[in-house]
Amino acid sequence: MTPTSTPQRASAPATGASRLLGPAAGTDVAAHAAAFGALPALARTKRGHAGPLVAEIERSGLAGRGGGWFPTGRKMSAVVASSRQARKDPAVVVNAMEGEPAASKDAVLVHRNPHLVIDGAVLAAQSIGATTVHLAAHRGSRALHDLQKAVAARGGSDPVELVVVDGPDRYVASEESALAHLVGEGIALPVTVPPRVFESGVRRRPTLLSNAETYAHIALVARHGAEWFRSVGDPAVPGTTLISVGGAVGQPGVLEVPTGTTVRQILGLAGGTTGSVSAVVTGGYGGAWASAGALVDLPWTPEGLKPAGAVPGAGVLVVLPDDACGLVETARVVRWMAGQSAGQCGPCRFGLAAVSSDFDLLASGRMKGAELRLLQGRLGVIPGRGACRHPDGAVRFAATALEVFADEAHRHLSGRCSAGRRTAILPVPSTSTPLPVSRPGEEWR
Amino acid sequence: MSGHVVTIDRIKCDGFGTCAQLLPERITLDEWGYPIIDAAPVTGSELSHAKRAVNACPRLALGLAKAAHPAPAGR
Repeated sequence: MTPTSTPQRASAPATGASRLLGPAAGTDVAAHAAAFGALPALARTKRGHAGPLVAEIERSGLAGRGGGWFPTGRKMSAVVASSRQARKDPAVVVNAMEGEPAASKDAVLVHRNPHLVIDGAVLAAQSIGATTVHLAAHRGSRALHDLQKAVAARGGSDPVELVVVDGPDRYVASEESALAHLVGEGIALPVTVPPRVFESGVRRRPTLLSNAETYAHIALVARHGAEWFRSVGDPAVPGTTLISVGGAVGQPGVLEVPTGTTVRQILGLAGGTTGSVSAVVTGGYGGAWASAGALVDLPWTPEGLKPAGAVPGAGVLVVLPDDACGLVETARVVRWMAGQSAGQCGPCRFGLAAVSSDFDLLASGRMKGAELRLLQGRLGVIPGRGACRHPDGAVRFAATALEVFADEAHRHLSGRCSAGRRTAILPVPSTSTPLPVSRPGEEWR
Repeated sequence: MSGHVVTIDRIKCDGFGTCAQLLPERITLDEWGYPIIDAAPVTGSELSHAKRAVNACPRLALGLAKAAHPAPAGR
């Protein structure tokens, strides 16, 4: 149950935690087949019909690992139904963009076992009647290189076409409608929903768009069945899951654990915490802060983390040491998240900028009590008012910071900060590519 | 008739604010001038005002949908 455990043979599938990361076959096709077994042969279903794997995925209880934790089998069925109604061939998109700066699980998975991800996408495509699989990763990333190399190594032997797509290094580029927009039209910006991507995604085709890890699980369900998949993890969201653990732990990195593993166990597997801990980021920067005390004995599932206001999201867990200031950390992250807004929707573009300015004031001890109440009001009106969920996630991150660090916020209002350190804990990318749109009416600037 | 809900395309909306003047019962503006829409169905006499607001939107961002439709209101 460590990030680098010994390989298991395909004939004896692991019932423990090392399903996806146990072996490390890399881009070599033969090594992959030796580690996991050959790609199961499936016939491609006709348009509007679901192959038997769809029902098997539904029985497995697999839930999407990109952050939504939506049942993957139901999503596949919805794409098939939309495909039948619209009389359009569906598309398949693999999201390996990994927009969350604190996450690295998809990069690690795609590096260790890229063919597992591709197998899952090929099998999913055959099962919903799609002819093309689009694999998306950030421009210049190692994941993109790994996917390109793995696709080349397969040598066109797959029953469907594989296309690797590179996307700009922007947070919202990995939002599902933005990614479908990128794959179809080359524009990585969110679009207004509905229609949702499963109804009308890549070039208006019904589109199965899921996280890279989700497809890797599909590849294993196709090989070993739903019962095997359900044999570990929490019955509500079974299987194993990848978690990027960072911050004040002994061994930061990516872990694979059964769902339902407690946060205490996860931190133990990551080498334990280094020193005393005040709070934890869960899910990512579109996720939530939680106090360490409330969180530590809760199971890692969407329902299980709720009592602490935490979310598993895209599998991010960052530990804040108690000599760091959570408000300073939050201010830096919120400023970055505001800058990552596509700028298409007013409440997100102006709202996140205002929240970011407020947090800068609060973090630097220059905020007044009335301004804090104004900030809380702003956090209340922004969610649900963007085309995508970017503002909702950024606001949740900011709002949970005000709850978890309420005492510290009061100290900051009187110009004091109890933190002893000034080094940043939460990683924030320093640069980012400019917006791909010119804003109407602002050509004069 | 179960009524209609006011919908908005947030990407099209540029915060002209016409809707809040024509349908103040259902639409207020935030501090940046963008509409905050009451998700409850529009019924009876409000419907004609809602239709007028929809027709007056200079960005064609505002719409009306049947309340039974699963389209989330106010988004």
